[in-house]
Amino acid sequence: MGETSINFAKASSAALQDQQLRGNFRRAMDGLMSKRAVQFADTAEWNGVRTLGASVRLRALSKLPELLEKLEANCTKNGIQVHWASTTDEANAIVLSIMQRVNAKLVVKGKSMVSEEMHLNAFLEKHGIESLESDLGEYIVQLDEAMPSHIIMPAIHMNTKQIAHLFKQKIKEAEYTEDVAQLTDLARRVLRKKFATADVGISGVNMAVAETGTLCLVENEGNGRMSTTVPPVHIAVMGLEKVVEKLEDVPPVISLLTRSATAQPITTYVNMISSPRKEGEKDGPNEIHLVILDNGRSGIYADEELRNTLRCIRCGACMNHCPVYTKVGGHAYQAPYPGPIGSILMPQVEGLEKRGELPHACTMCNACVEICPVKIPIVEIMGRLRSEAVHPGDAVRGAGSHASKAEAMVWKGWSMTYASPLAYQFATALLAKLGNAAPASLPLLKEWTNVRAKPRFANRTLHALAREKGIPDV
Amino acid sequence: MSHDGTTNRPDIERPESVYFFGTCLVDLFYPEAGMAGMELLKAQGVRVVFPQGQSCCGQPAYNSGYREEALKVARAQLDYFPGDWPIVVPSGSCAGMMSKHWPDLFKGEPDEARARQVASRVWELTQFLVQVLKVKFEDQGPPVKITWHASCHAQREMGVTDEPKALLRQLANVELVELQREKECCGFGGTFAVRHPEISAAMVGDKVADIENTGAKAVVSGDCGCLMNISGALEGGKKPVRGVHIAQFLKERTHG
Amino acid sequence: MSESRNAILGKLRAGRDAHPLTPPESDFAVLRNKRWDGAERLERIKRMMEAVHTEFLETTEADWPADVQAFLTAQGTRNLLFGPATEAGGRLSSEWAASGMAGGPELIPYADRVETFKERLFDGIDAGITTTLGAIADTGSLIVWPTPEEPRLMSLVPHMHLALLRADALYDTFWQAMTENRWADGMPTNALLISGPSKTADIEQTLAYGVHGPKRLVVVIVR
Repeated sequence: MGETSINFAKASSAALQDQQLRGNFRRAMDGLMSKRAVQFADTAEWNGVRTLGASVRLRALSKLPELLEKLEANCTKNGIQVHWASTTDEANAIVLSIMQRVNAKLVVKGKSMVSEEMHLNAFLEKHGIESLESDLGEYIVQLDEAMPSHIIMPAIHMNTKQIAHLFKQKIKEAEYTEDVAQLTDLARRVLRKKFATADVGISGVNMAVAETGTLCLVENEGNGRMSTTVPPVHIAVMGLEKVVEKLEDVPPVISLLTRSATAQPITTYVNMISSPRKEGEKDGPNEIHLVILDNGRSGIYADEELRNTLRCIRCGACMNHCPVYTKVGGHAYQAPYPGPIGSILMPQVEGLEKRGELPHACTMCNACVEICPVKIPIVEIMGRLRSEAVHPGDAVRGAGSHASKAEAMVWKGWSMTYASPLAYQFATALLAKLGNAAPASLPLLKEWTNVRAKPRFANRTLHALAREKGIPDV
Repeated sequence: MSHDGTTNRPDIERPESVYFFGTCLVDLFYPEAGMAGMELLKAQGVRVVFPQGQSCCGQPAYNSGYREEALKVARAQLDYFPGDWPIVVPSGSCAGMMSKHWPDLFKGEPDEARARQVASRVWELTQFLVQVLKVKFEDQGPPVKITWHASCHAQREMGVTDEPKALLRQLANVELVELQREKECCGFGGTFAVRHPEISAAMVGDKVADIENTGAKAVVSGDCGCLMNISGALEGGKKPVRGVHIAQFLKERTHG
Repeated sequence: MSESRNAILGKLRAGRDAHPLTPPESDFAVLRNKRWDGAERLERIKRMMEAVHTEFLETTEADWPADVQAFLTAQGTRNLLFGPATEAGGRLSSEWAASGMAGGPELIPYADRVETFKERLFDGIDAGITTTLGAIADTGSLIVWPTPEEPRLMSLVPHMHLALLRADALYDTFWQAMTENRWADGMPTNALLISGPSKTADIEQTLAYGVHGPKRLVVVIVR
C-alpha cells in the first residue's frame, strides 16, 4: 500500500449498497451487544474489574521501557529469543531470516492482528513460503483473498451460504454444504494435515508478562495451541504495548477481554507460554522467538493524551457497539484495525496524510467509550486527531495534511460572529428572515436534504422571543 | 456526570433563580422549545434569566478540529453567567460540551478556573426538572402513543438516562413505547451528517424504521440536533410521525 | 537488531520522562471478593462447563481407572493416550491389565518425542487422558500444567480429552489459584486453562465444536 490517502467515504458508500452485508453486520452486532450486556449485568462488578483493568494497563504504560527490558531479560533467561523491530519491514525481515535459517516452507499461523499490520502473509508468499491462517475466520478470509473485517471475528461479513460457496470453490475435497458443523469439520481435516507438517508456527500475543517472561494467548479453537506447540519453531509477534508488569495482572485483563469480545466468561483455552521445550519434554517447539514491534507506537507514547490509545487490549467491543461500523462493516476502513479503535490507531501509526479521514468516521456518540473495558477516551482522541489533521504540528505524522484554507476561513468567520453578541444577533435575525429562501441545492444543504426535509428557520429567534416575553437578561 | 450513567451528580438546593442557555440550534430552529423550557422552569416558581449575550457552546468548531475557534466562542459566553445560579440547557449535547469539554478546552488558559466554575453549574433540562425541582406533572392532553429517542451526549456525557422517561411517564394519557435501539445514535453527529451523508442517511433510516415499528404518533427527544435529523428524515420520507422536543411536549401536555 | 532495541527504548524513555504517568492503585478486591462455598464451587464449574458442551463423569479414587475404561468401552473408543510415568498412568496400565475387560480401548503411552510419534498422534488416536491441578469456579476452567510425563499435545490432538479432576482441588478465581500457589515464582514451559472442547463461532456466529482441538472434553471428577 502506498502513501495515498485511503478513501473511507467511497468504500463505505459501496458497503451501504450491499444489503446482504448490512444485514450480516446488523444481526451480528445486535447479538454481540446483547450478549455482552449479560456478561456485565452486575454493575458493581463491571466497575470494579474495569477500574482494575484500566489500572493494570496504565501501570504498564507508566513503566513501559523498564517492563520491556524486564520482559526481554526474563524471556531470554527462559530460552525465548527476543527481537526488536522499529518498522513492519524490519519485523518481516526478522521473521524471514528465522524461516530461512530453518529452511521453512510451510508456516501455520494463529490469529495475530500485528501480523496483519505487517502484511506478513503477502510478504512470506513473496519469498516462496506458504503462510496458512489457521483460525477458522482468518482461514475463510484468506481463502477469499480478502482482509479481516473485524479484529475478533474476521469473517463476520459473510454468511454461511457465502462461506459454503467459497469452500466448494477453493477446497478440493469439499462437497457443497450449508451445515456449519460439516463446514467446520472440513476445515479441521484440511488444517490438521498442515499443523502436523508445518515448519514454523506464528502467533500473536494477547499479553506478555514482564515478571515471568510469559506469553499469554487466548483462543477458542485450539489452532493457537497447535501453532505454538506442534511446529519445531514458534515465532510470536507483538506490539510493544502488550506487556503487563505482573502475572497477577493477567486474570483481570483476560476477564475483561473475553467478556467484552465475545461475551464469554473465558475462552476455551488460555495458553501461557514461558519457554521452549526443555530437556526431557516430549513436545513443544525447540525455539521460540518473540518479535517486539514499534511501528509508530513509541511516537504515540510520547504524547500524554494520545498514549491512551496504547491501553487497548484488542477486544473489539468498540466495533460491536459502533453505529457507523455496524452500518458499513470493517472493510470500508481498509485497515487491519477498523471501527473506533482503528479510527484512532491507524492515523497515528500510518500518518494523517493517509488516514486523516478516519477520525471523521464517527458521530462522537460515545457508545464505544461507554463500553471500553480499559476506559480509553476514544472520542476525545478522535477529536484531538481531527484537530491535528488540520493544524501543522509534530505530535502525529502528517499533522496539518488535511488543512483547507476555505474550511479554516469558515470557522474563523463563524467564531468571529458567534463570539460577538451584536454580530451573532444580527446574523441570526437575518437567517430567521432569509434563511428559508436558501435553495436545497446549496453545498451541505444538498447532502442534508438527500433523505431529509430542509430544516426550517423559525421566524423569530429565541433571543427575540425571550425579549418579547420579558424574560430578564440579568 | 459519568460515562457509564451509574452515578448521578450530587443534589443541590432548589435555587431561586436559574440561567437558561438556549443553544444555537434552538435559537434558530426550535425557539418554541426554548420558550417551553423556560416556562416549565417558571411554572415551578423559579426565576429564569436568559442572558441576551449568549450564543453557542463552541461544539461545532470543537468537534471539527478547530479548537481555537471553539475556545473563542466558549470564552465569549463566560461573561454572561456571573451569578452563582445553575445554568439549565435544553440539550444534552451542548450541556455535555460545557460541563465535560470546557475544562479541557480551557486547560492552561488564564480563565481556566472561571470556565470550570461555569461548567460545574451546567444542568441538562430534564435532569434539573427531576433531580433538583422534583417536578410533578398533571397530564391535560388526550391519549397519545409516543416514543423516546435518547440523545447520545445526554446519556453518555451528562449521565441522563431515566430522567426524561420518568417525566413522560408522569403523563397519565401518554403511552410511552420504547424503541428497540433507544440508545443507538441517530446519525446526526454534527458535521458528520454532511461529511458522510450516506452513512448518516443509513443510520437515520434505521432510526426511522425503529420509530415506525412502535406505532407512535410522535417521537420525543431532548436534543435539537437529533430532532432536526430525525424529524427531517420523517418528513422527507412522508412518515406520519411528528418529532418534538421534550420541553415543548411537556409544556403542551401540562399547560394546554 | 540491537540498534532498533536501543532506539525504541530510548524513545520510550524520553517520551515517558517528558510526561510521566502516575497510574491509579490496582485494587484486586473485585477478584478477592469472588467466593463460593465448597459445594457451590463444583456445581458452578459443572454448570459453566456443561454450558459449553463439557461432559462429566463422577467417580471415586478407588474406581476411576475402571470407570474410565467402562465409559470409553461404551463409547466405542479404540484407544487412549496416557502418560505411563505418572501415578495416574501407572494405575491405568496396571488396573486395566488386571481387569481383563475384552473389547476395551487400547492404552497407548506417550513415551517418545513427538517427532517420532506425530503421524500416529494426529491420525490414530481417539482419546487422551491427563491430570489437572484443579479447576476454577469463576469461569469453569481446568488448570493444566503439562509435564515431561504428560506432554502438551495429549490434551490437544486426540478427538476426546479426558481430564482427571480431584473434587477437593477447586479455586474460586484464576487470580486466587495463581497467587495462592505462587505461580509467579516459577512458570512451567506451558500452563493452560481449558474450559471446554475446542469450538468456533466464525461461521455466522453459529457455534460448532471440535474445530482444531478435541471435539469432546470429559472431566472425570474423582472424589
